[in-house]
Amino acid sequence: MRPLLEVANLAKAFGGLVAVDDVSFSLARGELLALIGPNGAGKSTCFNLISGQLAPDAGSVRLEGRAITGLSPRRIGRLGVGRTFQVAATFASMTVAENVQTAILARERRVFDVFSRAARAHRTEALALLAEVGLAERADAPASTLAYGDAKALELAIALAQRPRLLLMDEPTAGMAPGERGALMALARRLVRERGLGVLFTEHSMDVVFAHADRILVMARGRLIAQGPPAQIRADARVHEVYFGSGRLLASPAG
Amino acid sequence: MLSSFAVQFLNGLAGASALFLVAAGLSLIFGVSRIVNFAHGSLYMIGLYVACTAAQAFGKGPAGFWGAVLVAAFVGAALGAAIEIAVLRRIYRAPELFQLLATFAVVLLLRDAALYLWGPEDILGPKAPGLEGAIEILGRAFPAYDLLLIAIGPAVLAALWLLLARTRFGLLVRAATQDREMVAALGVDQKWLFTGVFALGSALAALGGALQMPREPANLGLDLVAIGEAFVVVVVGGMGSIPGAYLAALLIAEIKALCYGIGTVNVLGTSVAFSKLTLVAEFLVMAAVLVWRPWGLLGRAQAAVRAPGPPEPPLRPIGRGASVALAALVVALAFLPLAARGYPYLTVLAIDILIAVLFAASLHFIMGPGGMPSFGHAAYFGLGAYGAALLVKGLGAPMEAALLLAPLAALAGALVFGWFAVRLSGVYLAMLTLAFAQIVWSAVFQWDEVTGGSNGLVGIWPSARFADRSAYYLLTLAIVVAGLALLRRVALSPFGYAMRAGRDSPLRAEASGIPVARVHWVGFALAGLACGYAGALFAFAKGTISPETISVGRSIDALVMVLLGGVQSLAGPIVGAATYTSLADTIMRATDYWRALLGLAILALVQLFPQGLAGGAARLAARLRERAR
Amino acid sequence: MKKVFAALGAALAALGAQAQTIRLGELNSYKAQPAFLEPYRKGWELALEEINAAGGVLGRKLEVVSRDDNGNPGDAVRVAEELVSRENVALLFGTFLSHVGLAVADFAKQRRILFVAAEPLTDKITWQNGNRYTFRLRPSTYMQVAMLVPEAAKLRKKRWAVVYPNYEYGQSAVASFRQLLKAAQPDVEFVAEQAPALGRIDAGAVVQALADAKPEAIFNVTFGADLAKFVREGQTRGLFKDRAVFSLLTGEPEYLDPLKDEAPEGWWVTGYPWYAIQTKEHDAFLRAYQARFKDYPRLGSVVGYATVRAIADAIRRAGSVDTEKLIAAFRGLKTTTPFGPIEFRAIDHQSTMGAYVGQTAVQQGRGVMKNFRYVDGAAVMPPDAEVRKLRPAD
Repeated sequence: MRPLLEVANLAKAFGGLVAVDDVSFSLARGELLALIGPNGAGKSTCFNLISGQLAPDAGSVRLEGRAITGLSPRRIGRLGVGRTFQVAATFASMTVAENVQTAILARERRVFDVFSRAARAHRTEALALLAEVGLAERADAPASTLAYGDAKALELAIALAQRPRLLLMDEPTAGMAPGERGALMALARRLVRERGLGVLFTEHSMDVVFAHADRILVMARGRLIAQGPPAQIRADARVHEVYFGSGRLLASPAG
Repeated sequence: MLSSFAVQFLNGLAGASALFLVAAGLSLIFGVSRIVNFAHGSLYMIGLYVACTAAQAFGKGPAGFWGAVLVAAFVGAALGAAIEIAVLRRIYRAPELFQLLATFAVVLLLRDAALYLWGPEDILGPKAPGLEGAIEILGRAFPAYDLLLIAIGPAVLAALWLLLARTRFGLLVRAATQDREMVAALGVDQKWLFTGVFALGSALAALGGALQMPREPANLGLDLVAIGEAFVVVVVGGMGSIPGAYLAALLIAEIKALCYGIGTVNVLGTSVAFSKLTLVAEFLVMAAVLVWRPWGLLGRAQAAVRAPGPPEPPLRPIGRGASVALAALVVALAFLPLAARGYPYLTVLAIDILIAVLFAASLHFIMGPGGMPSFGHAAYFGLGAYGAALLVKGLGAPMEAALLLAPLAALAGALVFGWFAVRLSGVYLAMLTLAFAQIVWSAVFQWDEVTGGSNGLVGIWPSARFADRSAYYLLTLAIVVAGLALLRRVALSPFGYAMRAGRDSPLRAEASGIPVARVHWVGFALAGLACGYAGALFAFAKGTISPETISVGRSIDALVMVLLGGVQSLAGPIVGAATYTSLADTIMRATDYWRALLGLAILALVQLFPQGLAGGAARLAARLRERAR
Repeated sequence: MKKVFAALGAALAALGAQAQTIRLGELNSYKAQPAFLEPYRKGWELALEEINAAGGVLGRKLEVVSRDDNGNPGDAVRVAEELVSRENVALLFGTFLSHVGLAVADFAKQRRILFVAAEPLTDKITWQNGNRYTFRLRPSTYMQVAMLVPEAAKLRKKRWAVVYPNYEYGQSAVASFRQLLKAAQPDVEFVAEQAPALGRIDAGAVVQALADAKPEAIFNVTFGADLAKFVREGQTRGLFKDRAVFSLLTGEPEYLDPLKDEAPEGWWVTGYPWYAIQTKEHDAFLRAYQARFKDYPRLGSVVGYATVRAIADAIRRAGSVDTEKLIAAFRGLKTTTPFGPIEFRAIDHQSTMGAYVGQTAVQQGRGVMKNFRYVDGAAVMPPDAEVRKLRPAD
């Protein structure tokens, strides 16, 4: 069986600056894969190449064997790639439930339905998703009133509403309190298990990465310099050298 | 021939300097405060008036002339600062573009103030001492003063560049242009920075006006001419970019000079008067530039402005009690002609209000849920109106058929223009819609044989069945109520939610599989269609239409009504249109200085209800509910 | 029962009105065009006061209910509706802008109420779009052009340039000028044409383009701020040196006065030399106007004054304010204006009020007209057969 996501020889340059250079890796169903690296290593570019925000100069991205290279974010989303953003992006003028309902309506291709009542559509499913991320009680609150951690959880529910096979999470815990971080990642872990999802996430907090990732990819200056399970990465001398500089402790949270 | 174009090029350079001075100040103010300042043209006008008066007081001689120019600049600065402190400071946290409403009120006030202070007659100021005459260039007499003006533009550009690059004030201005929060984080009192920038920008506007003293008389029409041109220059150059403003001013002024220089040419047997193109040249340039470069020539993509105001509350379906009340209101409105039998004018006014309501609601549909402000919504109003008129006059269609079909012209226009417009955002989108509207306006204005040119078309009256005012009122009521109900229904539908999703977070929406541009395009077209109905109703209500139905003034009316009512509420445009139309009707009768009074009324409402009338009412109701609990 | 009361009420109201005043509805673009309309308002106010001081008309006082039309046809029609339905006016008069005038004229036709267009110039108001309810006082664009053409033809200049604001007034003025001059002087040639947007002339470029075409004479239709800019640039750049210039309306104080000592010299213009007209009618008007307002009259003052005077005469002649009777009275109505006697032609409802044609000069620091003569409007009209062809049957 083919892996869920295959990235092969991906490359992207901005003017003279090579942001992503010949990056290849794969991701299996049920796997929680972390992408780490110092600032400017090319993580975000890599992420945006996979999710379609940017088109690569070379290389390919395949989802369950199907090439999705260079498709628009919307097409990629429709093919089963959900994503969350570094700064939580939700629909501020809607209630929490409506946020999820809107995503479900989009999934059901009812965007051009001009006559039904959106607020009544797919409400049960939306509430179920909200229950999964622990927001059931806030369902009818305006999304703009959510605390930041809750907004992140809501974004996750919106992404799940697409019924994705692959979830891309760009710094899922950035801006969250330490306690919230663990809860969110535990939630991600549960989704991976229950739904057979694959998750690719970037992360600054080393605590989160080493506690929750099945495998870790390390990027530096656009290149993939190491990949493997946490223990192996922790021991990798090159990672120490390139990524952490001299003598900094791995355990210290960098985010 | 060649020498003729060379001298026309110099004419263009002089024109560019004049344009640049006004535009630079506007660009500066927008860059820092993100305020679309309609009153900028008024400061230009005041600058010229003040300079003329001061020059007369100071007497002849260079000191008198240049002293007057300086005095005008200082008055401009003081006036700008006063406007910022007294009017704008309190409403920075209002929803986007709301401040525009306040500056519009200032335009009305300053126009009447100028009329009061300087009287209605044009005032021709003195020529610049020592520069009255002409210098011979390529065998032609070229005004010496124009040579000075050619130098002044780049000089001011350089001075502004130095100010921005080399001073702490400039650093703060640049920082604020890029990121407003950052300035607050730097520990600078943002208030005084804004006041300072307003004063500087206004001084530049007034200086621009004062420097025109030898070239044009001070007159009461200057404010709108200047603001129109300045906006185009600023947007073409890229908002917030001073060199961009100069480049754009140069481009536009040269193209106009070229149009005059070419004169009338025979093309394939028909003579084409290029000078007539100057009517719309700058808007053609703007449309082309924005389609090609969505942020103007030297502009950069605007950092997403984090909404400074309170977030929009979710839409709530109206409760049973409210539905019954609404139904009762509609029924009551249907009986209005009966009640108004002793007062038939009420029916006439009500027709105008209903049409304005549909007009405003259609604009709100894209501005509110779609997040697409349009400065050219009159285009669709006019297309509907002209469509109706031409169906009746040209094709002999009965009124009923014309009323039904004419809005398709508006739909077609909205489909074409919307396709380009939805690719842009914010003020750029608004200005592209304005450019399209002006292009439609000028086509209608010029196409004498079909549209009746500037005079328009007359004799477009309702059919016999609806000839009676009451009957036509009921027809209008039915169409407007149906239109509003449909717009509301669409706003509450999955499509409406998709539109808001695309506005709230385009990234999120796209990632969730919503084709944002296509959704907004369809929304734009629907709004155009609804607006077309308002236009067609208008044509038959007035029996006459002229290019005025497509004019900037009408587009601004729609904006004012939407903002006054509140962008964030579906009831906003209804309340806004009804308030504005009846207010204008009452005030116009009440006093000679009705413009100023209308301005004051708007200012008062703006300060009292920074969320708009309906928004304010909703907030009040919510607070009362909270307290009851 | 209800009906009886209604009938009674109507009868009482009619009685009351009989004893009261005759209300005239007036609408104009006071705010949009204050420079032209403030003198106009003073003009009709003066006429109103004089008429009422002399006992009114048909034993009743006249009252004018005046409204601002906001300079646009849509508001104008609403205001007209208000005057008719709420203020119960006997007739409408006023308007300045052509498109507003046309809109109100069509409204008058629709609502069957008399409308006296005071100021709008467009030929269409009495010709192509003429209707039996609308009469016009001021000489039309065509008439004003036709007054200038004989002088232009006399000069035998071959190469002409034209400059005009790009809208109907400018276009039709130039079209008439070309047609009439060609008829009078078949070898004439138009070598340049500039049509800047109204109120937005780029005078330097326009003047240079005209000069580059090397015309022998220029026909100008620009006015207001455009004219001031055109004159300044033209003088600085020597455009007017050794060239004949014919300019429409420029002799009206509204346009000539703002130019002060920079008024052009030697231009042939139509206008109103109030300071030098020596007729009995004008003397009386001038004295009364200056005594009342401590200001001199502009052309608008004459138009406003003459309009209300004409309306009063028409009501007298009709013996009633019934619209049909008023129309009958206005057709062929002979009345006196500060410019002398005029007649409202039955054939096209245009008055024969004329204008003064002369040459500009600067005297004591301001622009004046000299060598002028009054051209009666009747003298410049096309033959009746042509007028009939232009105007739709009632």
